[in-house]
Amino acid sequence: MVTYLIRRLIGAVIMLLIVSMATFAIFFLVPQIAGATPEGMASRYVGRTASAEDAKIAADRLGFNDPLVVQYGRFIKGIVAGAEFDYGPGVEQCPPPCLGYSFITRQPVWPDLLDRLPVTLSLAVGAAVLWLIIGLSTGVISALRRGSVFDRAAMTLALAGVSLPIFFTGLISLLVFSYGNPFAVFAQGGHYTPITENPGEWAYNLILPWITLAFLFAAQYARLTRAGMLETMGEDYIRTARAKGLIERTVVVKHGMRGALTPIVTIFGLDFGLLVGGAVLTESTYSLPGLGKYAIDAITNNDLPKVMGVTLLSAFFVVFANLIVDLLYAVVDPRVRLS
Amino acid sequence: MSAETTPSDAFLELRDLRIHFPTDDGLVKSVDGLSFRLERGKTLGIVGESGSGKSVTSLGILGLHNRKNARVSGEIWLDGAELVSSTQEYVRGLRGKRMAMIFQDPLSAMHPYYTVGNQIIEAYRVHHRVSKAVARKHAIEMLGRVGIPNPAQRVDDYPHQFSGGMRQRAMIAMALCCDPELLIADEPTTALDVTVQAQILDLMRDLQRDFNAALIIITHDLGVVAELSDDILVMYGGKCVEYGTAENIFETPEHPYTWGLLGSMPRLDRESTERLLPIKGSPPSLINIPPGCAFHPRCSYADRTGGKGSAEVPELSEVRGGHKVRCHLPANERHAIWESEIKPVLEAQ
Repeated sequence: MVTYLIRRLIGAVIMLLIVSMATFAIFFLVPQIAGATPEGMASRYVGRTASAEDAKIAADRLGFNDPLVVQYGRFIKGIVAGAEFDYGPGVEQCPPPCLGYSFITRQPVWPDLLDRLPVTLSLAVGAAVLWLIIGLSTGVISALRRGSVFDRAAMTLALAGVSLPIFFTGLISLLVFSYGNPFAVFAQGGHYTPITENPGEWAYNLILPWITLAFLFAAQYARLTRAGMLETMGEDYIRTARAKGLIERTVVVKHGMRGALTPIVTIFGLDFGLLVGGAVLTESTYSLPGLGKYAIDAITNNDLPKVMGVTLLSAFFVVFANLIVDLLYAVVDPRVRLS
Repeated sequence: MSAETTPSDAFLELRDLRIHFPTDDGLVKSVDGLSFRLERGKTLGIVGESGSGKSVTSLGILGLHNRKNARVSGEIWLDGAELVSSTQEYVRGLRGKRMAMIFQDPLSAMHPYYTVGNQIIEAYRVHHRVSKAVARKHAIEMLGRVGIPNPAQRVDDYPHQFSGGMRQRAMIAMALCCDPELLIADEPTTALDVTVQAQILDLMRDLQRDFNAALIIITHDLGVVAELSDDILVMYGGKCVEYGTAENIFETPEHPYTWGLLGSMPRLDRESTERLLPIKGSPPSLINIPPGCAFHPRCSYADRTGGKGSAEVPELSEVRGGHKVRCHLPANERHAIWESEIKPVLEAQ
């Protein structure tokens, strides 16, 4: 068990290193292969009116003239040991984990990420609660009443849910519930109040994004749960449970759902990990200042340290969620041995 | 059920039980007019190929068919109470308590996520208002009784940690934990190694004697019923084609299908060079049961019935002393065929 955990943690670190290399390569190597010079790359960060001389200085200062390996080494060293940044007027200390300074705003990336994380976390947790409750219960009821009006209606809605993209459902719900009279009952997006400041307002501002995001996932989970329940309720052990004389509710809940929902633990862990790394579409649609919005802004501005930071953090969440899911699976399914 | 039916005085009696499943392709007549009686302490073997309606019958007795997709008619009398017309809740209260079932494949029939003990405790506590600790003690006792070594430790194991034979023993413990009066074993040894099969059969015989339960063994293997049964019922196409004591069936079988089953029974004392006598063809589709005698397309003697084979459904008629057969062949002709054609071949093997 301990060996397993250590092996998995080492694997996770290697995974993160590969992700960082890939991101680094995409942002530095690819433009250079395409013919961009260090000065050319630096000129993007010094403004349109800057002279060639300024661009050269900027390229030096940003380290674009060093070999790529050295630049990458510096980046990794910053995460582990911290770094110092000389941006002209003075030297700035960047304590570990130092993900560097934004090329554009000259703000350190790590505190930025810590600022944005609660927004994405609030969005993900709230939506997850909603989609689990709605998705699982809909799926179970649909499976138990296969072919009923409820089942057909729910599955039609679920098909819509998995097919409609967030930027569509999000904009429609904004139009109807935020801008449309007389349904303008929810916030217009772009607002976020920390839960520590005002929980009521926090929920009020997030409810529409929650519903939008949960709709997509609830639809997926309803379909998964329904399929899982249908399969499980046909298992021999369900017949055994009935043969014991158990009441139908016990058969469904204790025997059926226990079997059907276990695989969903895995899927949920991965989905949630992915989401905490940034709900890009939802945050963009509702202008929520979360990690996803941060990533989009960083990519649009070619702000490499920000992109690196948010990519690594997202990758960390996914890798971490994977590990948790695997550990959890060994708990919920006694047949799984970690070795 | 009509109002004027008389209650059965037998412990278990089936009267004209029919279990049909409407499907898109037609009506599947899995069980079509089955009747038999069984007393406490006695064992009935139900024999037939896959799809002959054996398992559907047993699930029907336990009331395990979903009434939405199964049409059950006829009468099932258990100790003076009729079950087909009873409420589902009443039958549920009997399941596990007065009638219990042992399933074919214990690995898939036990829940993989709960310990063996947990599953036995659950079965016991459905019908007994006792604490978990008391039920656990009972579970351990039952596991010991079915021959599981170290029951106090094994009670906390999961089904996948048991060997196949041990799992079937645990399954038997689970079925017997509420002291049922009727025990139905559906292919109890089919999923097991040959070496373990005999142990399980011995165990079931011993336990039946201890519990004085009525036992129904469902199998396609005549060797299994030969070991245990008092009476044997041969099913074909959802109907009983021959019914009699084990002696009747093995010494003077009347139905050509039974002859076929006997001929295709592998025996250790046979010379390996000799061939079995397989029954030609395959079991009938239960949607399109052949007209007349369901067995006539596969019967070697159908041409001796004077065209009745494909025209009329033969009646189940008594040969002598409770031995019944559903066959168009005249009794004397059947005897002649058995004595001159079948018996010498079986004995020569």
